[in-house]
Formats: sequence, structure tokens, C-alpha cells
Amino acid sequence: MNLLGWAMLLVSWTAILLLVAVCVRKILIVDRDNIHAPLDIDTDPHSDPK
Amino acid sequence: MAERGREHWGSRIGIILAVAGSAIGLGNFLRFPAVACRNGGGAFMIPYFISFLLLGIPLCWMEWSMGRYGGRYSHGSLPGILDAVVRKPWAKYLGVLGLFVPAVIFLYYTYIESWCLAFSVFSLAGTYRNVAEPLAMKTFLQGFQGLTDGSSLGPAYGFFLITFAVNMMVVYRGLTRGIEFLCKIAIPVLLVGGVLLVIRIWTMDSPVPDMPDRTLNQALGFMWNPDFGALRNPTVWIEAAGQIFFTLSVGLGAIMTYASYLREQDDVVLSSTTACGMNEMVEVVIGGSLVIPAAYLFFGLEQTRAMAQSSFDLGFVTMPCIFNGIPWGDVFGFYWFFLLFLAGITSSISLMQPLVSFLEDEFGWTRHRAVTVIGIFAFVCSHACIFGLSMGVLDEFDFWGATLAIVICAMIEVLVFIRYMGVARGWEELHRGGDIRLPGWLKGVFYVTPVYLGAILLYWAIFSWVPWIAKPMGWDISVSWVDGIRVQAGSVNGVILLVRTFLLAFLVGLLWMIRVAWKRKLPARQGTGGAA
Repeated sequence: MNLLGWAMLLVSWTAILLLVAVCVRKILIVDRDNIHAPLDIDTDPHSDPK
Repeated sequence: MAERGREHWGSRIGIILAVAGSAIGLGNFLRFPAVACRNGGGAFMIPYFISFLLLGIPLCWMEWSMGRYGGRYSHGSLPGILDAVVRKPWAKYLGVLGLFVPAVIFLYYTYIESWCLAFSVFSLAGTYRNVAEPLAMKTFLQGFQGLTDGSSLGPAYGFFLITFAVNMMVVYRGLTRGIEFLCKIAIPVLLVGGVLLVIRIWTMDSPVPDMPDRTLNQALGFMWNPDFGALRNPTVWIEAAGQIFFTLSVGLGAIMTYASYLREQDDVVLSSTTACGMNEMVEVVIGGSLVIPAAYLFFGLEQTRAMAQSSFDLGFVTMPCIFNGIPWGDVFGFYWFFLLFLAGITSSISLMQPLVSFLEDEFGWTRHRAVTVIGIFAFVCSHACIFGLSMGVLDEFDFWGATLAIVICAMIEVLVFIRYMGVARGWEELHRGGDIRLPGWLKGVFYVTPVYLGAILLYWAIFSWVPWIAKPMGWDISVSWVDGIRVQAGSVNGVILLVRTFLLAFLVGLLWMIRVAWKRKLPARQGTGGAA
């Protein structure tokens, strides 16, 4: 394979793997942020957070 | 907003894998490398990626957005979704192709899928171990398909029964317990199996001792060395657009149906982009690294060039011959065909879902009843493909369902999205509950997509359909290059006419069902102001 062939392969693979990696990373971060501890959910409405 | 207890996906990863599974099919492993090879090698990736960005991703965004929108009004199939978006009485009839296309493809796809299962079992059992030459393997395949004199269809029919039963069972079990459960297992297995096969093929340097020049470097060069001159040929651009279009399973109605099971505030934009990316990963990274490099290493430049003319033979003739020539070939042959089977089944179950959803949502049937009725219908009709293979029945189904109607269906979806949902509203719908927000200038891509798709349709019309009409009239316009399209001039016989009559009757039957469904719901719709 010549240099241009390697370049096409590497650019194609990098673009696709980067797209998948960025998306999966974002999904994992968002899903992690959406996990709440019981205390976050069941906070006593009468208690003053300050 | 009428929520009538529709099913929902169990998890976000569930729908991503289900949509990716729907898109990942045999074409990812067989069609893509052959098309890339024939159209400029590495240079093909330039129009391919442009098509992915301008056609593939926007179409997926549109389908996901409209699908989730329709789901809010308890519509999971294209007639209902178009009715909800357009709100005109005629709109639902346009959606008939969203039922017709997946159903027609399902009728023959399960049969092809069963060949993959059969060959994976044959690999382990060593049934074709002694067949070393491509010509002999082709004869073996044709014998299995019942196409040679004295051959029996028994084994092929047996595997079809198993494959069909598995498909029915998965869809019958429902969205989360059936489709989502299968995809959560099948897609990771497919990814791991694909990577293992790539490693195996990339590590078998010069397998033919008297041909030391057949190295991996040269094999990859055959696939990836760019011929930039090819980019001046419009065919290459249309081939790239066609490959993107077919690989992402857009225009089928399946993605819309899957998206209709999302909740109102579930993310669409990130999930759809991830599913597209996963499909591309399997196609370019895994699919592009398997058959062509392996064929080159074993058979050299000239034979591989000839083999690349037929995507199907690459998978079912070339690859078994290769596995017969390497250590542990039985196991890798099993891997290969089972991987194709997994790619197939995750697609075929998605093809059945639009019809199931139509009967559930518009007729109020239970899933079990809908699957049973569709299953019986599909089982009976599939026999035409099994026993009429030599008479071109399968090709007819493929031409009308998977090549022609699919592009028209996608065009309808795009035009409805642009005209009736509107780009601004569609953009907001896309981002409703979204985990990411795309830059606003990207909205412009929604205007480019219909032009791009229209250009493909026009090009096909000129170069594929015109000869089809013209040849019987004695006009000599013989340009037929679109892979998979069968120019059928001169081959119309009684069986083909019968198949076309059946397809037309099926289409009319579906239109009648849409009419009946809406008539039955008329009183309720008049109460809510929906289009009747």
C-alpha cells in the first residue's frame, strides 16, 4: 500500500472511531450525571438547604 | 396526547444497539468492500463521507425525530406518523411504503439469513472442508440452494424454518424482552467476532508459499490505494450515496418505528448519531478489513478483481475457500457466517416491527396476535422466494422493495419533514430532551439532503429505469451499473408477472387496511381534531 493509501485508511478509521468515542463518552457522562443518590431524590422539603 | 400504554425501550443503550443492529447487515461486510474496490479504492471514501454527512446522518435525524413525534400520538408506523405530522387526510396513504418496503424485504431476507446460519453449521461440521476452489464452492452453494440438477432443498428449508422461528420468537417476546435483549447480546458479540476475524486475516502473511508477493501490505493497497481520477466519474459519487443510503437502513420505516417507542423527553440527537457511528465503524473498520484483503492474499489481484464484481459470492464462495486453507479454518468459518447471521437477524427483526406496530396502534391488536398473523402471512409468502429462486422471484422482491420503493419512501419522508414539520420545528424536535445541542448552522443540511436524494433518484431514473422501459421497445439504451439492480428487460415471464401482480395486490391491500383503520377510528379522531 502506498503512502496515500495509508493516509486514506488512517483518516477514515480515525474519523469514525473518533465519532463513536465522542458519542459513547458523552452518553456515559450524561448517564452518570443522571444517577442520583437516595438523599438527592428524597430530600426533606422542610429542611433548609442553607 | 393519547398515551395508550405503548411499550418503551428499557434503556438508552437498548435502542442504540437495536437501531445499529437494524442498520448493520450483510451489506456492511459484503457490499461495502466490493463497491469501494470498484470505485476508486481509498478515493471512494471522499464521496462516501460527504454522503454520510449530507445524506446519511440528516436522514437518520429526520427519521428519529418524526418517529418519536409519532410515538407521542400512539403511532409507530409510517402511515400514522405522517398523519400526525401532516394532519391531512391523504397523508396516511403516503406512508404505505413504510409498511410495504420492510415487509417485502422481510419475505426474502430471512431466507438469505438462513443461508448464513446453515454455512456456520456447515463450517463446524466440516461439510465443505474438501472444497478448495471457488468454482467448486459456487457449485456447492448452488446445490444447497437447490439450483443444480438433482440437488435437494431439504437442508436449506430446514435452516429457513429455524431462522424464521427465531425471528418470530424474538419479535413475539416484545420490545424489551425480545428485540432489545437480542441486540444487547448480538451486537457486542458481532463486534468482538469481527475484530477477531480481522486480527486473524491480518496476521496470515503470504499464505500461498509460491506467491510471496501477496502480502498484507499489497492486499490493503488493493482496497485502499486511492485512484483520485475516479472522482471525476459521477457514478462513483452516486455509488457512494447509494452505499450510505442502504447501509443506514433509512427509508425502511424501521428506524421510525423504533424511535416511536422513545419517551417524549428521551434523547434523540446523541443516540441517533451514536447508532450511525457504530454502523460506520462495523462497515469501514471491520467490513473493509475482511473480505477484500483476505481474497487478495489467497487469490491475487486478477481473481480478486473479478470476485469483487459480486458482493454475494465474496461472502459465500470466496471466504469459505479461504477458511478451508488456514489452520482452525472451521472455527473461523463458523465465526464468519455466524457474524453474518447476527448481522442479518438484528436487521430482519426490525423489518417486521413496522407492520406489528401498525396492527397494534391502528387496529388495537395485541402484539401476540399481530405477530402471529404477520408470521403466518410472511411464512406462506416466503415460499415464493425459496422455491422460485431460480426463476428470479427473490430478485424481483429485492428490486421493487429494497431498491426502488425504499428511495421513494425516503424521499417522501424528507419532503414531509421539510414541508410539514418544517426545518425550525424539526430542529427543535430533534433537540427535545437532547443530551447535546448541535450548532445552529447545521440546520442548513436539511435543505441539502432532499436535493442530494433527488439527484440520486433522477440519476437512477435515467440510467436504470429508462433502459428497463426502453429495451423492450427496441431502443438501445443499455447502461446498468447500479449494484443489485436487475435490469429485467427481456426476462419477463409468467412467474415474474405473477410476482409483480402479487406485489401490486399487497400494496393495494395495505392501502385498504390503512383506510379501514382510520375509518374505524373516525369517531374518536373527530373528538380530538385529528386528520380523518
